[in-house]
Parts: sequence; C-alpha cells; structure tokens
Amino acid sequence: MPHPLAASSSEEAASELTPSPDLLLPRSFADKDLSLPNGTPVDTSSPASSSSLLNRLQLDDDLDGETRDLFVTVDDPKKHICTMETYITYRVTTKTTRAEFDLPEYSVRRRYQDFDWLRNKLEESQPTHLIPPLPEKFVMKGVVDRFSEEFVETRRKALDKFLKRIADHPVLSFNEHFNVFLTAKDLNVYKKQGMALLSKMGESVKYVTGAYKLRSRPLEFAAIGDYLDTFVLKLGTIDRIAQRIIKEELEYLLELREYGPVYSTWGGLEMELAEPLEGVSACIGNCCTALEELSDDMTEDFLPVLREYILYSESMKNVLKKRDQVQAEYEAKLEAVALKKEDRPKVPADVEKCQDRVECFNADLKADMERWQNNKRQDFRQLLMGMADKNIQYYEKEKNYKYLPSTLLIM
Amino acid sequence: MERPEAEPLGASHSCQTGEAEPGTGPAEEEPGGAAAGTMMEDCLSKKIEITVSEAEKRTGRNAMNMQETYTAYLIETRAVESQTEGQCSPPDSLWRRYSEFELLRNYLLVNYPHIVVPPLPEKRAEFVWHKLSADNMDPDFVERRRIGLENFLIRVASHPIICQDKIFYSFLTQADSRLKALNATFRVKNPDKRFTELKHYSDELQSVISHLLRVRARVADRLYGVYKVHGNYGRVFSEWSAIEKEMGDGLQSAGHHMDVYAGSIDDILEEEEHYADQLKEYLFYAEALRAVCRKHELMQYDLEIAAQDLASKKQQCEELATGTLRTFSLKGMTSKLFGQETPEQREGKIKVLEEQIHEGEEQLKSKNVESREFVKSAWTDIERFKEQKNHDLKEALISYAVMQISMCKKGIQVWTNAKECFSKM
Repeated sequence: MPHPLAASSSEEAASELTPSPDLLLPRSFADKDLSLPNGTPVDTSSPASSSSLLNRLQLDDDLDGETRDLFVTVDDPKKHICTMETYITYRVTTKTTRAEFDLPEYSVRRRYQDFDWLRNKLEESQPTHLIPPLPEKFVMKGVVDRFSEEFVETRRKALDKFLKRIADHPVLSFNEHFNVFLTAKDLNVYKKQGMALLSKMGESVKYVTGAYKLRSRPLEFAAIGDYLDTFVLKLGTIDRIAQRIIKEELEYLLELREYGPVYSTWGGLEMELAEPLEGVSACIGNCCTALEELSDDMTEDFLPVLREYILYSESMKNVLKKRDQVQAEYEAKLEAVALKKEDRPKVPADVEKCQDRVECFNADLKADMERWQNNKRQDFRQLLMGMADKNIQYYEKEKNYKYLPSTLLIM
Repeated sequence: MERPEAEPLGASHSCQTGEAEPGTGPAEEEPGGAAAGTMMEDCLSKKIEITVSEAEKRTGRNAMNMQETYTAYLIETRAVESQTEGQCSPPDSLWRRYSEFELLRNYLLVNYPHIVVPPLPEKRAEFVWHKLSADNMDPDFVERRRIGLENFLIRVASHPIICQDKIFYSFLTQADSRLKALNATFRVKNPDKRFTELKHYSDELQSVISHLLRVRARVADRLYGVYKVHGNYGRVFSEWSAIEKEMGDGLQSAGHHMDVYAGSIDDILEEEEHYADQLKEYLFYAEALRAVCRKHELMQYDLEIAAQDLASKKQQCEELATGTLRTFSLKGMTSKLFGQETPEQREGKIKVLEEQIHEGEEQLKSKNVESREFVKSAWTDIERFKEQKNHDLKEALISYAVMQISMCKKGIQVWTNAKECFSKM
C-alpha cells in the first residue's frame, strides 16, 4: 500500500479533480466500496481512522444526550504532483441519517482551498454565527516544509476539528454549502456555478464598514468582548512559554548528546567499571530519545491547538463587531424615524426588519457563545491534561531506563 | 602597544622590582636571599621579553601515521633593550605545540632534580576520542592554555638557575632545539611496563573526567533552564483563572504545581554537586598516580645513567690496560697526536679508575635494590588504590543513578498533581 504522502501520478490526480465521463466509475465505485457497514471506520488499516474514531467518541460524550446524526472525518492525506503545482488532498468521509443528504455515506477528496472556500461561504451565508477557524493559510515556503509528515498531520487534525465543529452546530450543519462540500464529487464545478443560496439574513447583512456608531453595547456582549481580549493575551503568553520550554529542552538535549558518549569513552579505559559506565552511557542515550519525543509532541499537538484558539477568538471578536454594526444601524434608523413625527404611529417596515435582525443576531450569537465556552472548556481540559500526560510519560520512560545501570552495579 | 615587563601570574616577585640592590633583598627571605637578589638581576626574563602570542589549529600525522588535529602556539622573543631605546625590532618567533613544552619540562625535571620546576597548564589528550569531544580545540580552553604556557616560560626565565640552561634558550629561539633528540637520550630505556601503562592510564583518566565534569556542568545549566521556565506557567495560569468561571480553580491550583516543579530543580542540582565532587576527587587522584610513575622513571633513569657510567669507565680502564683503542675518543686522538703518556701516568689513571669502578659497582648494587623495593611497594599500593577506586566510583555511579530516579519520581508526582487539577477544569 503506498505511503499516504507518496505522490500519486498526475493522471490519478487529474481524474480525482475533474472526472471526465470516461474515467468516471472506478472513482465513484471506489467511493461506494468505502461505504462499509454502519459504525465501522472507513479504512481500518489506516491509523488515522482509529484516532478519528476516538475523536468521534470524545465528542459524543460532550453532547448531553443529543442524538447525533452526522459524523464527519478528515483523514488519508495524499500528495498530488501536477505540472503547475504540488498540493495535498484529504479524504472527507461523511456518515449520516439526515434527510438533507441523498445517501447515508459519502467519501470525497478535498484540498485546503476547498476548506477555505467553505469557510468563506459560511461566513457570508451565516453572518450571525460564529464560524470555527481554519489552520493558518499561508506558510512561509523557506521556513516550513509544507509536505513534511508533521506539518500535514497537524493540518489534518485541525481540518478534522473544523468540520466536526460545524457538524455539531445545530444551524451551520444544515447549511447548503456544507452539504455540497461533503457530498459533491467535483467541488470546482459547483464553485463555478456560483450557487447563491444566501439566506435572507445573509443578503441583508452585506455591508458593515463601521458606517454606524453604536450607542451602548448590551452588557453580556461587552463582557464577552473584554473576556476575549484578555483571553487572547493569555493564550499568547502561554504560546510563548511553551515555545521557550521546547527551545530549552532542545538545548538540554544537545548537551546530553555529548554527555552520554563521554561515559562510554571512560568505560573504554576501565576494566571493572566498564560495564556500569557503559550502562550510564546507554541510559543517557535512551533519555535523549524520550526527550526528543516530548518536544516533538508539544510542537505537533500542543502549540497548534493554542494557536487555533487564538484564531477562534479573533473570529469571535469579528462577529461581535458585526453584531454591533447591526445594532447601530437599527438604532440610527430608529432615531431617524423618531424625528419624523408623521410616521410615528406606524413603525416603518425597514426599521422593523432591523429590529428583527438585531434580535436574531443576539440570540444566535448568545447560543454560539455558550457553545463556544463549553467547547473551550472541554478543549483546554483535554489539551492541558494531554500536556501533563506527555510529561508524565517522559519521566516514566526516563525512570525505567535508569534501572539498567542500577541492576548492573549491584552485581 | 607597550607591554609591561614580563610578570608571572599573580606573583609579587622580588625579581620584578628591578630596584633591589645587591645585599638588600627582603629580610623575610631565606639566607642567600641577597645572593639570589643579585642573580635575579641577571635572569633571562630581564633581558628578553617572552610572549606566547597566538594559537593556531593544525593538522598533521602523528607517530602512528594517523591524522590528528592539534594546536600550535607562537613563541615570540624580543630583546628588552631594543624596546626601551625606542626601537621596535620585530620579535623572533617560532611555533611549538604542547607536547614540546612537555619535553622541555621533562628535560628540566631530569637535569635539575633539586629544583622546583614550574608546572605546565592542564594536560589534555592530544588526539580526539570522539567527534563531539574535541575539547582541546575549544577556543576558551586554547586561550587559557596560551596564557598558561606563556606564564610557564616566564617562570622558567625568571628562575635564577634554570633560566641559564642552553636547551631552554634554544627552545625559545631555535626551531630545532634538539629536544627531541635529547628526549631520546634522557628517556628511560627500560621502564617497568606497568608504570608506563599506568602513566598512560592516569593521563587519559584525567582527560576523560575533566571532560565529563565540564559537560555535566553544561547539562545541569540547561536542565535548570527547562525547569525554571515552567514557573512562568504558574503566573499566567493564575492571571487566566481570574477571567474564568468554572475553569478558574483548576487552572489556579495547576499553576501552583508548576511553581513547585520549577522550584524543585534547585535541590536536585545541589545533590548532583556531590556526585561531581566524587568525580573531582579521582581527577586529582590521577595526578597523584602520575607522581608515583614519575618517581619510578626518575629512579630508573638514575639507575641507567649510573650503569652506563660504570660501563664506560670499565671500558676506559680496559683500554688503558691493554693499550688498545676500541672506540674513538678525543683523548685517544690527542694522545696519539701529542704523544703518549708515561707508563707511570697510565698506571695512576688505571688505579683511579679501578677505585671509581669499585665505588660505582657498590652504588649500582644499592640503587638496584632501592629500585626493586620501590617498584614492589609502589605496586602494592597501586593495587590497593585500584580496588579503592573501583569501589568508590561504583558507589558514586549507583548513587547518581538513584538520584536520577528520584528526580523522575518527583517529576511524575508534580505532573500527576497538575493533571488532576486540569481534569477539574
């Protein structure tokens, strides 16, 4: 079985993206074949799917008795090399019992661009809701290897989380664009058609360049705003601390790598002491391995989640701003009406519409904020416990290695 | 740049004042200080300025035709007078490596056994054991060694007796100082193999332990950094908990554990210092071992010289007695050229020689006995030392491992506590 990151031939890539009539069915057949009996992961041989199964189970716990009827997973990254560019696609698998979907199962391939498109569409069409963040779009080519296993895996996890958060959202999960994203064979065709399925709300909420000034922000939104400001700062600090720890650990590792062999050298000079000295040397070598694993884990699992929450908070702040704008517009219009004494008995339709908008927005946002707070709590509990776990594992490994010289020396 | 007159590190040498008048040396000095004062005026250090000004990395092939890297040091000498006259004549200079300084010092030790010969800076193994352990190339070490070597030369040059040695002077001024050849002549021909091996071992032991101690110190420094940075989590968790409702308590108490973690490194490292001290002791013990080997070498050298001396006297005697010239000697030639001696003169000479030979044989006998006894008792003590060393170092290594295990346990404890706090978030 080819390595997930092995380049597939360009023909295969081409067929995946723009299925021509001739090349059709092998692809869709394969997709249908992947629809395994309900409940089992799509590809049991891939380790990614078992972890996504675990992810699913964890989110299950969170849902307080809600029955879940939509499951989404991102896995199986593959590299595509074409004449113009090289990029990665991910397999997006959906299982659902919802009527909005024609089939109970889908499997499609998507690249980062597609996720970005989805997010933009969601923001446009559901402006009163908080859209989960995507992992960072731009990566400096010289600095990070976009095709390294670690980078791709980190990104995959973030994309998986992105889709899961949408799937769990009572409103966003029913969005048309989301549906198409999960089901369409060829997303590009759909994109070109430019289906404008904007909800009424979406259409009317196009605008917002601070045209209106807000009089007073309701207390709860002001509180959230303040909270987010501080929260983002603290996360930034934690990010810096974590990075610093990783740096110090790597420098420690560097010295350890010189330290171990000196014991070996000494052992070479000795007779009776040779074995224990060699034992110490080997033990230090093992500790180096354990330490490297710890720093890698922190880099790959801890830092990206932190950063994602910073992005999430930023996008939350943007939504709050939008809400402020909608309220400001309403207030301004109301004021304008109040001045015209003739229309006073009847509130004009458009002012009413504004009022509706404000109330909808407030309700949607409030619900989303609560959901966000809960998820945040779960996520950080998991994240920090994970960090503690990794450190515990590191010390366990170190402790076990250290027994070696001890037993030798006691002879 | 005007350099102050050559002065040994940290010395307040009466030699340096330059104003001491003959006979008015400091009262505290031992008798003969006055005379010494006069002699000091004539020290080499007064006449020439000696510096070891540069160090350079070199590669070459050693005695076993293996590629090696070493450092060469530039010795510069400049006549003092030329400086005070306002002229700045270029210095004479030549390059020497550490092992050549060692040859010089060995030469001085052997030829001036009653003199306290100045020491050389730290010895480090010339050949590289392991790619990562090229300490003798570390720039700080090279710089310190350069200063130490300069100091050594100035000390020798300031010593009233050995500063006059011709070999020393040629070491400073002639590229080929015949030291290597001399080394062959004053090298011990038949040392006890065990002592040679022991000397080699103690050199290497010193080298490896000092390397170990240095790296361990760096490791400790880095580990300190890792632990201490975690303390920052304590503060930020505390600040964060202030804006949270349900998460607050968990965060706050976890932060406390991070502080505990950060603080725990101080005790850990202090305990490790004891381990380092145990290693240091054996570092210094290696020096003591070397001293014993040196003593054997000197005794053996003494013995060999005495035997050689005796043998040549016996030969001379024989030649005189038989009237044949077996080996070329200047004396023989001159007597051939300028006439033979009278039989009476010859008889006289033979008698003197016979007395000397008799004396020499007695001396050689007692020297042999002395040497054998030395070897026997030295070796007994060395065996005892080896046992002690193995026992002590084994224990040190065990206690080091135990320390490390306890450090791991502490780590597990703290993080488990923190994890529990996080779980309550």
